[in-house]
Amino acid sequence: MITRRRILAASGALAMPLAMPGIIRAQGSAPIRVGEVNSYTAIPAFTTPYRKGWELAVEQVNAAGGVLGRKLEVISRDDAGKPQDAVRLAGELLDEQKVDLIGGTFLSHVGLAVSDFALQRKRLFVASEPLADALVWEKGHRYCFRLRPSTYMQAAMLVREAAKLPAKRWVSVAPNYEYGQSAVKWFKTLLTKARPDVTFVEEQWPALGKIDAGATVQALAGARPEAIYNVTFGPDLTNFVRQGNTRGLFEGRAVVSLLTGEPEYLEPLGDECPTGWIVTGYPGAAVDTPANRDFIAAYRARFNEMPKMGSIVGHAFISSIVAGLKKSGSTETEAMADGFKDATFETPFGLAKYRALDHQGTLGTFVGRTALKDGKGTMVDWRYADGADFLPPDAEVRAMRPA
Amino acid sequence: MDVLLVQALTGLASGSALFLAAAGLTVIFGVTRVVNFSHGSLVMLGAYLGVTILPLLPRDPAGFAAGVLATAALVALIGVALEILLLRRIYRAPELLQLLATFGVVLMAQDAALWLWGPDDRTLPRPPWMRGFVDIAGQRFPVWDLTLIAIGAAVLGLVWVILRRTRFGVLIRAATENRDLAAALGVNQRALFTAVFALGAGLAGAAGALMLPAGSANLHIDLAIIADAFVVVVVGGMGSLPGAYIAALLIGVLQALGIVFLPKITLVLVFLIMAVVLAIRPRGLLGGALVEPRHLPPPPIGPTPAPVPWLGAAALALALAAPAFANPHTLSILTEAAVAVLFAASLHLMMGPGGMASFGHAAWFGIGAYAVGLAIKFAALPFPLPLLLAPLAAGLLAAVFALLLVRLAGVYLAMLTLAFAQIVWAATFQWVEITGGDNGILSLWPPEALGTHGFYYVALLVSVGAALLLRVMLRAPFGHALRAARDSELRAEAIGLSVRRLRIAAVTICGAAAGLSGGIFAQAKGSVFPGYGAISHSVDALLMVLLGGVQTLSGPIVGAIAYTGLYDKLLGATQSWRFVLGAAIVTLVLAFPDGIAGAALRWHAKWNARR
Repeated sequence: MITRRRILAASGALAMPLAMPGIIRAQGSAPIRVGEVNSYTAIPAFTTPYRKGWELAVEQVNAAGGVLGRKLEVISRDDAGKPQDAVRLAGELLDEQKVDLIGGTFLSHVGLAVSDFALQRKRLFVASEPLADALVWEKGHRYCFRLRPSTYMQAAMLVREAAKLPAKRWVSVAPNYEYGQSAVKWFKTLLTKARPDVTFVEEQWPALGKIDAGATVQALAGARPEAIYNVTFGPDLTNFVRQGNTRGLFEGRAVVSLLTGEPEYLEPLGDECPTGWIVTGYPGAAVDTPANRDFIAAYRARFNEMPKMGSIVGHAFISSIVAGLKKSGSTETEAMADGFKDATFETPFGLAKYRALDHQGTLGTFVGRTALKDGKGTMVDWRYADGADFLPPDAEVRAMRPA
Repeated sequence: MDVLLVQALTGLASGSALFLAAAGLTVIFGVTRVVNFSHGSLVMLGAYLGVTILPLLPRDPAGFAAGVLATAALVALIGVALEILLLRRIYRAPELLQLLATFGVVLMAQDAALWLWGPDDRTLPRPPWMRGFVDIAGQRFPVWDLTLIAIGAAVLGLVWVILRRTRFGVLIRAATENRDLAAALGVNQRALFTAVFALGAGLAGAAGALMLPAGSANLHIDLAIIADAFVVVVVGGMGSLPGAYIAALLIGVLQALGIVFLPKITLVLVFLIMAVVLAIRPRGLLGGALVEPRHLPPPPIGPTPAPVPWLGAAALALALAAPAFANPHTLSILTEAAVAVLFAASLHLMMGPGGMASFGHAAWFGIGAYAVGLAIKFAALPFPLPLLLAPLAAGLLAAVFALLLVRLAGVYLAMLTLAFAQIVWAATFQWVEITGGDNGILSLWPPEALGTHGFYYVALLVSVGAALLLRVMLRAPFGHALRAARDSELRAEAIGLSVRRLRIAAVTICGAAAGLSGGIFAQAKGSVFPGYGAISHSVDALLMVLLGGVQTLSGPIVGAIAYTGLYDKLLGATQSWRFVLGAAIVTLVLAFPDGIAGAALRWHAKWNARR
């Protein structure tokens, strides 16, 4: 059967020798192998679109002749959401599959564990999704690069909007683990810096996946806040929003909410999606740039569905690796560790690069307000927040990174 | 004051939801003594079936009620299938084997739900009547929460009427009180068990559908529900429905009030409540004296069959020679297998010969791992001192904990270990300044001076050596005394054994051994995380022991190696590894109810007899 995938593969195979005959002679034509580890069974809502994103990118890269004259191949593993399994699988990918570099991971602690393993083995690790700040700062090292805007960056993007609000009495609600804790810490720190008159009068820390939504909403309302900062997502967010709507928590109050604009988390809210929340996310087809249009068209042709945030990250993950490989001109680890610095790549959101300073990607995200359209949640009044604009001064970053 | 009143009422609503989720579990346990780990999966299936069925029906209360009943009926059918196809075949096997079998079902249900309903959360749009509210003390209170409180009380009343006023109920109560006596009086146990399973599963299905107005159907319901449901059942007293109701409301209200004063207590509150209740009332709030079903004491452990030492020596020789031909990844698998052998052997000593099943064995593993992590992070102790600290720390804490533990027996004892493990887990998770929270402690690699293979030999020899030492203990007088205490407490006391002291010693030794395995693991992986002490890791240990066979000395060793190998191969081989692993566990349970080593022992005896 002639499928789209085969045509892409065939055209890639044809184009490859034409593209860079010199390098083929030098390095052979075996594919460049990327080992990828992620929490496919533990976090399917995000990682399923993510997998589709990188699959599409790999097909596109190979159809266009591959990279360094070789095909690109991704060998993917499921870490079951456990850092110890991720570390073992990273070892399997390096030692048995002979991959040239490793990448992936979703959960922060899994990302940190694999990054530490990469340092121990002195091999390149490209973290695609984990948001922990420590990954490129306190625990940053020569061999680790990170793609997505970190918790700090996303909090900083929201603070810029939150500081414009008249509200002074704030409350926060966040899942009780590292991501929630640092999301609240940075938001508080940055907001009180921008607005010394702001106070935080109450905080709630529901256990991830087990929010007692009615009691949490009631406790927040009891503090009589003027504004709410929310970090819950997924099933917890659905429960929280439903209780909040019925109990009137959001009425007459500003709400600033992390990640809520991502289709993964916005769609399940359905017609109960609150309006006017300031959120980070991805407005989908409303972003009418050529890069995003082309991406959506290709994605829909391939999978017959709209891309989500995970799809963007998965696609950009491969683009960033291709750019890094091209700039390095080699798959030798030390060459890549130098070459990935300042490597610039196209994403559906626009151009981004890995900073030489701390290996943080400058991929941004969209900041806007939630709205209801045809009984579905959507983002309006959005603008793209470039990651490069929301990082601490270089001297502070240098001080945080180990020598 | 008004705030607290509304908060308490909210707690009653979430407590009622909790009761609905736990009611089926306590009914099933009361009669069949099956610890049904897949109860959470039945609730999850109820939520998914509900979100599929309900949009087809009218959006008024009557349509909703019909949809919930239809969902309950469907899940009851699934429960019947589960009982007939799986559990019925293993009632005569060691008690905890059902736990293993139902855990296999949990894994299969996770992948099945992912295939059938996809990865996205599914929500039921709320019709206006579900969004309504009434004014209570000047605050808006959801009508749905009031409805939940009413449904909880109604279900309690309905099941109470079934139990008290019908013949079926009389039979259930008779079987709950004394299963063997009921059977002796001619009660058809097969039909009764199937019916009870249908009732319990139906309640689970209804609970799942009733979660939809407050939230979504998602793939995390099963594990989120199961731990809390167990707590409710145990706090209430196993098998007692009114007890479960009181426990659920108590937990709901304390949780709602607790988060006002201590918002960060969410992770651990339910387990703290369970620990306190069990310390004061060892059988739960309303639990009566259950007559445990009579089991013949397991046969005494015979002499080691002739091939075992040879096989063991051959395996060890192979493992010792491995660095000459194996790559680093294979060595890391072998290291994990060695650690698992010690971890499983330590649990085996406690639950097999010790007769104390533990659902929280990973606590000791985690404590050992954190002892290594903290010793390196804060004291920078040189190798191998951190490794020595691991068994010391775990053993010491185990000794203290054992004082509380040995007052209990059976499932209550197992649940107290679970509570303790959850408290340890929450401490490692929440005490961020010391433990690094869920980001763990990194860079705990063994010193480079050991060379590439040095630590492999350390891990292999220490783990296997300690596991063999446990085996020697079981052959020594200590082991015989421990088994005597398990088989007949009274007679053991009569011949002058101190059962209490024996058990405290056993728990301490097991804690220290598991702690040592955790310490080795921390250095082998170069990191520690709260997950090392999580419920799922305790379940891993149970799986290894039960897979290998509880009533043999080689069982845990065989089980640990088999499980580690199976898990690793499946994780790399297929996206649907959970389904395959679950199916493999179910098949093994059905084929070898006495475990792999138990089956091998049987074959060996048969072969010898034929000769």
